[in-house]
Amino acid sequence: MEVPILKQGRFLIATIQAALSDADLLQLRRALIDKVIHFRSQGVIVDVTALDVMDSFATRTLRDITNVIRLRGADTVIVGIQPEVAFAMVQLGLTMEGVATALDLEEGLAHLQQRTARKT
Amino acid sequence: MPVLQDILVAIRSDADIVVARQRGRALAADIGFTATDTTLIATAISELARNIVSYARHGEVMMRRVETTQKKGMVIIARDSGPGIRSIPDALRDGYSTSGGLGLGLPGVNRLMDEFAIESELQRGTTVTVKMWLK
Amino acid sequence: MSSSKRTATQTQRTAAQSTELLQELVAHLRQNRTQLREEWANRIAEAQLLTAMTKEELFAEATSVYDNYVEALATGTFEALQTYARDLSERIIPRGVETHEVVGIVLLLRDVLARSLFAKYQGDFTMLNRILDAYEPAANRIANTVAVGFVQERERVIRQQQEAIRELSTPVLQVRERLLILPIIGVIDAQRARQLTEQLLRGIRTNRAKVVVIDITGVAAMDATVANHLVQTVEASRLLGATVIVTGLSPEIAQTIVTIGVDLGKMNTVGDLQGGIEQAERLLGYKVIPVAEIVSS
Repeated sequence: MEVPILKQGRFLIATIQAALSDADLLQLRRALIDKVIHFRSQGVIVDVTALDVMDSFATRTLRDITNVIRLRGADTVIVGIQPEVAFAMVQLGLTMEGVATALDLEEGLAHLQQRTARKT
Repeated sequence: MPVLQDILVAIRSDADIVVARQRGRALAADIGFTATDTTLIATAISELARNIVSYARHGEVMMRRVETTQKKGMVIIARDSGPGIRSIPDALRDGYSTSGGLGLGLPGVNRLMDEFAIESELQRGTTVTVKMWLK
Repeated sequence: MSSSKRTATQTQRTAAQSTELLQELVAHLRQNRTQLREEWANRIAEAQLLTAMTKEELFAEATSVYDNYVEALATGTFEALQTYARDLSERIIPRGVETHEVVGIVLLLRDVLARSLFAKYQGDFTMLNRILDAYEPAANRIANTVAVGFVQERERVIRQQQEAIRELSTPVLQVRERLLILPIIGVIDAQRARQLTEQLLRGIRTNRAKVVVIDITGVAAMDATVANHLVQTVEASRLLGATVIVTGLSPEIAQTIVTIGVDLGKMNTVGDLQGGIEQAERLLGYKVIPVAEIVSS
């Protein structure tokens, strides 16, 4: 199922659904790169509130997305990791170092605004 | 209505990983696991199913409730007839936290679940058995 | 006729007879329902069981237990009985009914029914034996089913209560907006550590905390497993967008953390709780004014 990506000013917001397959994640990566280029976005929020499991593939792919989008000069922040999911992730040893995280959409936007304000 | 039988999910592609963990989650919730434990179980299933897809191409994940005189819980058996693991000690060595899930992720699955056992034979396949008990 | 064939026929006949007998027994129990139920209720009162219940409640429960009992005998299946036993247990456990009472009343019912069979078939010893052969295994299975159902329900309730107690004894405090404090006191084992982590993470989400101060001044010692949990808590909190400050780290615990391979430099640590709170407030953008300054101005 395709992940919906919305434009919010100079940022993009991708909202992930619960039943996310590997193919969906890879498709998201492609779509985000395309849209960041197309809209000259300065930041991307990936909202994983609905994601009930974050495994090694999801973590790797989100890190990839962060790195690839940084190459286009934009920042990424992952928001909405659920408490139980965060717990499982650290048990599994997935810490997502190098990837910015925030509690929710509001915090994510604040984070991006802070980051992109410094640039201008 | 409680799920009584074994749940068997054939793993052939990454789409099956999602099916396996969703069905595992449903069974775990039915058994009465907490939200946290249910997520741990679903995550472990995801990793084990993922290993099957990545290294063996296809296999199966079996899940069922277990009960002894002292405790109740859930068992998950991930089987494949793939190439097998060359060195189990290496596969279980803790590359720990910052690796971000490289390799088979087995030490991580070991940490997530209460019990963990693995059998593997080169050219024959691998079977990983994990259990989680109600606390 | 060959001997094996005869045995097979005999077994068939015995099974058919057994079913027939059970049906006769069930008919007898249904016919004498009122009287037997009353006898049973009297025996319960005599044995001083279920004193937590009023007479009306006792009567109502006695009626459904009796009917479910006879139904199980009639159908030979026990799922309905199991379900009933669970429901019954759910109702009476909060009333303080104990295991020995539940086992007691079921056994009393078994006795009352057996006695009535003795009375009915006293003239025909052979028949009495055959009826008891049919009755006893079923009656024992029923007693077992009800007792086990009760015990399982009780265990579930106890687990729930333990969980609730653990939650109450480890409060996560919201001191200011976006700031949580988790003071940990005493001995922590792996299970409690895990529970603390779960509570804290839920608290971060509920309170939308940006900074958490975990104070371990009151923790004397920590083994590697628990130290690991602490580190994991810090990492998991970060995934929820919160910064963690650890205060009250003793030299011994610092050593344990280093031993498990964690770079203390990466962890945000401050000597004492007060200092930790001040740093948290700075992180949150509050202006920190020392008390002395306020008093003098």
